[in-house]
This record gives sequence, structure tokens and C-alpha cells, in this order.
Amino acid sequence: MSEQLQSDFDKIVKTSNLSNEEIRFKKIFLDNFKKKGFPNRKQEDWKFLDISQIIKKNISDLSFFNDYSQSNKIDPSIFVDGLEHNKIIFINGRIEKIDFNFEDQNKIEIIDETKKDISLDCENSLIDLNSAFTDKIFKILIKKNYSLKKPLIIYHSTDDKIKSTNINLRLDFELGENSCLKLIDYFSNNTAKNFINIFYNFNLESNSILKNYKIDKFRNNNLKYSFNNIEQNNNSVSETFILSAGSDYIKNEINCNLNGEYSSAFINGIFSLKENQQHEIRTTINHLVENTKSYQLIKSVLGKNSKSVYQGRIFVSSKAQKTDGYQLSKAILLDETSEFNAKPELEIYADDVKCSHGSASGSLNEDSIFYLMSRGLSYQQSKELLINGFLLDVIEKITDSEIRNLIKNIIGVKE
Amino acid sequence: MDTREKDIEKLKDYKYGFTTDIENIRAPKGLNEDVIKFISNIKKEPKWMLDFRLKAYERLKLLKEPNWQKPKYPKIDYQDLYYYSAPKSMKDKPKSLDELDPKLLETYKKLGIPLQEQARLNGIAVDAVFDSVSVATTFKGELTKYGIIFCSMSEAIQKHPDLVKKYLGTVIPVTDHFFATLNSAVFTDGSFVYIPEGVKCPMELSTYFRINASETGQFERTLIIADKGSYVSYLEGCTAPMRDENQLHAANVELIALEDAEIKYSTVQNWYPGDENGKGGIYNFVTKRGLCKGKNSKISWTQVETGSAITWKYPSCILKGDNSIGEFYSIAITNNHQKADTGTKMIHLGKNTKSKIISKGISAGFSDMTYRGLVDINSKAKNSSNYTQCDSLLMGNKCGAHTVPYIKNKNFDSNIAHEATTSKISEEQLHYCQQRGLNPEEAVGLIVNGFCKEVLQQLPMEFAVEAQKLVGISLEGSVG
Repeated sequence: MSEQLQSDFDKIVKTSNLSNEEIRFKKIFLDNFKKKGFPNRKQEDWKFLDISQIIKKNISDLSFFNDYSQSNKIDPSIFVDGLEHNKIIFINGRIEKIDFNFEDQNKIEIIDETKKDISLDCENSLIDLNSAFTDKIFKILIKKNYSLKKPLIIYHSTDDKIKSTNINLRLDFELGENSCLKLIDYFSNNTAKNFINIFYNFNLESNSILKNYKIDKFRNNNLKYSFNNIEQNNNSVSETFILSAGSDYIKNEINCNLNGEYSSAFINGIFSLKENQQHEIRTTINHLVENTKSYQLIKSVLGKNSKSVYQGRIFVSSKAQKTDGYQLSKAILLDETSEFNAKPELEIYADDVKCSHGSASGSLNEDSIFYLMSRGLSYQQSKELLINGFLLDVIEKITDSEIRNLIKNIIGVKE
Repeated sequence: MDTREKDIEKLKDYKYGFTTDIENIRAPKGLNEDVIKFISNIKKEPKWMLDFRLKAYERLKLLKEPNWQKPKYPKIDYQDLYYYSAPKSMKDKPKSLDELDPKLLETYKKLGIPLQEQARLNGIAVDAVFDSVSVATTFKGELTKYGIIFCSMSEAIQKHPDLVKKYLGTVIPVTDHFFATLNSAVFTDGSFVYIPEGVKCPMELSTYFRINASETGQFERTLIIADKGSYVSYLEGCTAPMRDENQLHAANVELIALEDAEIKYSTVQNWYPGDENGKGGIYNFVTKRGLCKGKNSKISWTQVETGSAITWKYPSCILKGDNSIGEFYSIAITNNHQKADTGTKMIHLGKNTKSKIISKGISAGFSDMTYRGLVDINSKAKNSSNYTQCDSLLMGNKCGAHTVPYIKNKNFDSNIAHEATTSKISEEQLHYCQQRGLNPEEAVGLIVNGFCKEVLQQLPMEFAVEAQKLVGISLEGSVG
């Protein structure tokens, strides 16, 4: 693999006009990645789903080369109807369009950070891979006291030009004091067998609010890894919702550092998996100062041959008195071949805290099905109704009503 | 304060911190084939036993010490330990209690287990393991009547080789992890229990472990077999004298329950935890595993862990037989600089298997406590269920409490429920108790005992009283 990495890297250097400085940075990351390789099950965080094996099995001919010199056509049919929104369009590894039409242009700044030294101290080799091969790095800065009028949708899409390729995206967001951003990640992949690696970095200043909704609904054969790093200052709020349903493999990782007092983080997720899908969510909440709060709710519905993993970690430092942390994961296994794994972890060094977690898994309750069937529903209908209710619980946690309705429509749950 | 006074001062803290002046026979220092042969030879073992040890030693050479655990410790030099240490007077085994070295008997008296008295009054059969050698087994006659075999491991190897051969190493194979394999190679003694078909053991069986000599590791091996339809309750208690250096204790305990059999295994572990500054103390790296081999069998582990500088153990159940049940009740208390990484593994293989885990962790001072557990329901284990509850109590903000459960559900008919909470003793509770005339320490003791009640209830009477006191003693000085 090492040779291919190098030759693909050289090809990218040839086709795009990178400065020497950039090449130097990228090379460091490339070398780091070459040293570490894809993460495997020997690493604690990758114990349940071994990405290096999964890539080997699914994309034997993975290529790292991506021609960034040619632009891609935007297909408007992928756009979400019925909701006015700002757009970032990301096709085949290139950001084709950044469009903040609904907003006050003076309040939003888009900074090209590609040339900046972005070195990060990170164990995760996939971040190295991302930094080595990503095209442009933009920082989106929302200025003080500005709330975006409309949500921002990032369209992630691939077309026929690309197959068995590693696609990388890196975006940085800075939310100034008292600002607000609603961000939807919308995946519509038409081609198969790509490995998509997304890295977002959020910095939330005091009193700012971030809402991030990740929607991967349509069945596709891609493998995805997404990492959100969220730094939170005083009184800031972050809300993340993950719908994990479409791809063959996704691992969503959220790392949240609660650096400011009275900051809070909410993460809610749904796995809705069918044939041969393997999905994972891993959350790490670091309570670093007093009076912070976090809440995680993850629910899985697992069909034939599918597997979901939830690893949730709550860390409370000895300074973080009065922490309130709660975590719950639940799974319904619909078939003999489905599998649910969980590792809810608490690491606590302060005594005046309230932390708890719970995890439950099992099949649909036969009594409930009997109850519904005795009232005239068919077996299938009762099953659907119960699953509907099970998932609705998570969707109700979405605080933005417009987006909540949109997601309800996309998932197809009814009230 | 001169040293003598200091020593006396120390003794106050750890009641079992005395050493007994008895001459020891030791194997040469270090670990190699010759030492293993020496141990085997001195114990007059048959060849198959030596082969078993050597096979383990071969395997050990390939293994690395694991290091994924939370409490880190300085590297142990395995060549700097004595692997065999026996009181000299034991060379010709005494036939009855009266022949025992009177000093030994006194030691047990200090420990609170006067053998004769206990044999007479309590009706508990005791097998005491002193350093590495089993000293006396009481109440033998009574047990023989029922056909129960309760003796030291060395005796069992001589007298019941068929049983030992058949079951030794079936639950913890010689190829297991580092410490278990080390034990298989160098274990010196331990207890052996066999309960014949249909027999309910009429009394509690008990072992008392004590590390006396310095620079010795204690590697005992316990094997308990409950044949069809039998029942046994087994108690284990541990102490060690105070020494500045760390001592290693790496025991293996294997339980086998055949059809309809039940084994109840209770431990009160009070090894020397080191002094207030974390110097010295026992490294308690024990492998305990039970196999519910037959249908409707049941294994239940109860542990009260208050001692040791580092406790690192996971008493486990392999639920192989259909309808078998595994239970784990644990109280772990760490104070000062103690560290504990403990929990259980419940591996469901058979249909309709059930397991229950109740774990209570209390950390105070500068200590660190981790609950680590695995619940694995196999795809064939239809209609199985597990319930896990682990609660932690923190006292002060210099200590840590962690929960790391691994949950694997591969069967859609099965249910797993897991709950964990972390909290502290509330001011209201303390205030309420103090208002009624308790001093703060008594109040904490009372609240903690209430917190642990679910587990303490599982212990046999005599142990429960001792454990309750121990809970109080362990937390002394942690309030305020």
C-alpha cells in the first residue's frame, strides 16, 4: 500500500498546482499515515469494527489519486425541496460551490486555510490521511452576534467519474460569540466503493449554538468515516443528530471538549440497518470544567446480517464538579443474524457529579405486538408501528422544528 | 519516633501486618526449567504433572505481559522472585492438627482463625494455605462420610490423579494469558474440592491464604468440581504481612459445575494494600473462571475486595449448559493509593442462560477504581438474558471511578440491560445521620454499608459480619 500511496501522492502533486510549502506539510502527514496505516482491531477504539479489514475486503483496488484540476457538474436534482437553505456542494472530493445567498455577506467570512500549517497532534491515522490528500481547506467564520437565517446544507455526492477512490473533506467552523449555525450534512452517493473520510473542526465561542444533522439515508456501497471535533466555550450549546442508514459502513466519531462553564453537548443517533451493513458511532465527551452537561441517546434497529456498535465515553476531570452526564443506548434486533455491541464508558475523577449510563438490547416485545394485533393490525403493521415509536423518541429530541419535520419525512416516521 | 515505634504504629493500621518467624525452605531465586523441576520434585509429583508445568512454561516464553489495564505498575522482574517457599517444619506433613508447629497455629490465631476452635465451633472446614503450602485441613472425617474430597492440591495430585487430570486446565487452559500460564507453570499448592453426585455439602468450605515470606510470589491453584446435582459453598480469605516491596499474587481458580450442580464462591480479600503513600502492598493478579458445563447448573461469585495495592481480576462464568445461571456480586473499596481494575465476564453459549452482575465500587483518597466487564451473548444462546448494575461512590476529588463495560449481543431473542451510576454521599444523608448522634465516620460507614447491602446479603453469615467491619476499617480516615 505504501508504494501506491506515494505514487498517487506524486500524481496529485503533478496535476494540481500546490506550493512547495503545502507539499512539505502534506508530506509529513503522508509519512505519518504510511507509518501507522489504517486503524485495526488491535487499537481499542477499533475493536468492534476493523476498518483496515473492511477496506481490504470491500475495496481491494483503493486508489488515493483524485484529479482536483477538473471541476464537476452540479446535478440540481439532489437538492432538498421544501426548505430554503444555504449550500456547500462537495462532489468527488472537490468543493464546487459555497453559497450563502440567504445571509448577510458581511457577517460570514470564508477563509482559505489550505496554505496554513494545520498540523494536529492526533493519534488517529485517518486524520493524517485526510490532511495528506484533501484538496482545499476552508474555514467558515460566523461573526459575533450573527445567527444564520437559514440552515446550511452540505451536499456530499459522487458521480460516475469516481470509483474505488479515497475522498477527503476537511472543513473548519468558527462560531463567534452569540452566533448560531444550523448545519445539515446530506449524503447522496451515486457511485459505489469509495472510502469517504470527513473531518470537521468546530470552535464554539461563548453563547454560540451549533446544530449539526448528519443524514445518510439512501442505500449505497460506500465506506465512510466522519470525525467531528467540537471545542466549546462558556454557555455554548452543541447538538448533533446522526442518521446512520445508507452506506455499507460508516463510523461517526464525535469528540467534544467542554472547555467553558455551563456549556452543554447533546448527541442523538439512529441506526437503521439492513443487509450486511456495519455501522458505528463513537462519542467522547470531555467534561473539563465545572457545571457542564452532556446527553447522548442512541437507538438501533437492526435487520438481517447487520451490526451496529456504540462506543460512548464520558470523561470528567477532577476540576469538573457539578457535571451532569447521561447516556443511553438501546437496540432492537430483528433477525437472528443481527448483532449489537456497546461499550458505554465512564471515567470520573470528580466526586460531586451526576453521571449515569444505560444500555439495553433485545427483540421486539411480543406482548406489545400481541396487543396491537388483537386490535386488528397485521403482524407487519404492528412491527412497523413499534419501530416507528421507538425511533420517534430520538427524532423528538431535535430542537429545530423545521428540520425535525424534514428529517421525519426523510426517514418516513409518522407521529 | 524510632523504628520500633513506627512499626508498632504501622501495625495499628493493618491488623494482619505481622510476620511469623518460621524457617522457610525456598526454591532458588528465578524462573527456569530447573526451578519448575525443583518444585515438582519436592512435591513428589507424577510425570504428567511435570509435563503440564513444562508445557505451560514453554508457552509462557512466547507470551508477553498484558498492559491494557488501567492501573500501571513498575515492571516485575520475574527472575527476582522466589517461586517456592514452604515452612521448614512442613517437610514431613503433620498427620493431625496437634502435630502442627505451635507458632503456625499462633499465626492463625492472630488472623482470627484458630483452626481447632473453628473446626469445633463453626463447623467450617478450613484449608489454610500458608505462603505456598497447604498447612492443615480440618474437619476431614466429617466430609469423608459424604464422599466429599477437600484437600490440598498436592494431596489431590497424589491421591486423586484421575480427577485432577480430567479437570485441571479445562477452564483455564495452559495456553491462556500471561499470569494464568505463569501460575500453571509454577503453582505450588491450593485447594481441591470434589463434591460427588447428588451431595449437598453440609458445611461451608473455606481456605485462608497468607503470604508470609518476603520476595515470594504466591501462586496457588484451586479446583472445585461439583458433580451432578451437588451443591457447595466455598469461602476464601486472604491476608499478608506488611512489607515495603510489592509482592505478586497470581492464583488460578477453576470451578466446574456439572448438570444441576451449584457452586457458590465467596472471597474476602484483604491483602496488605501498601502504606498511606502507596509504598509496598500486594499485586493481586488472579484468574478466576467458572464453567457451567451441564444443564441447569449455577455458579455464583461474591467478592469483597478491600486490600491489595493493585487488584486486577475478573471472576468469569462460561455458561455452556442450557438453562445455566451465572452471578457476580462485588464490592470493591480502594483507599489511599490503591488501584483496582475488576469486574467479570459472562459468556453465554447455551440456550436460556441467565446472568446477573451487581458491582459496587467505592473509591477514596488518591485511589483509582475501574469496573471492566464483558457480557457476550453468542448467536446460539437463544432466549438468554443479562442484567448488569454497577454503581460507584466517590469520596473526594483526588480519586477516580471508571466503568468500562463491553456488551455484545449476537442473538435477537436475548436481552441485555446495563445500568451504571456514579455519585457521592449526599450532604443530606450525612447531616441526617449526624443529627442522630453518629460521628462522621460512623455515618459514612453506615451509608456505605447500605450502598453495599445487595452484595453483603449474598455472603454467608460469618463472612458478612467480617466484611461489614472491613468496609468500615478500609474507609477510615477518608472523611473530612
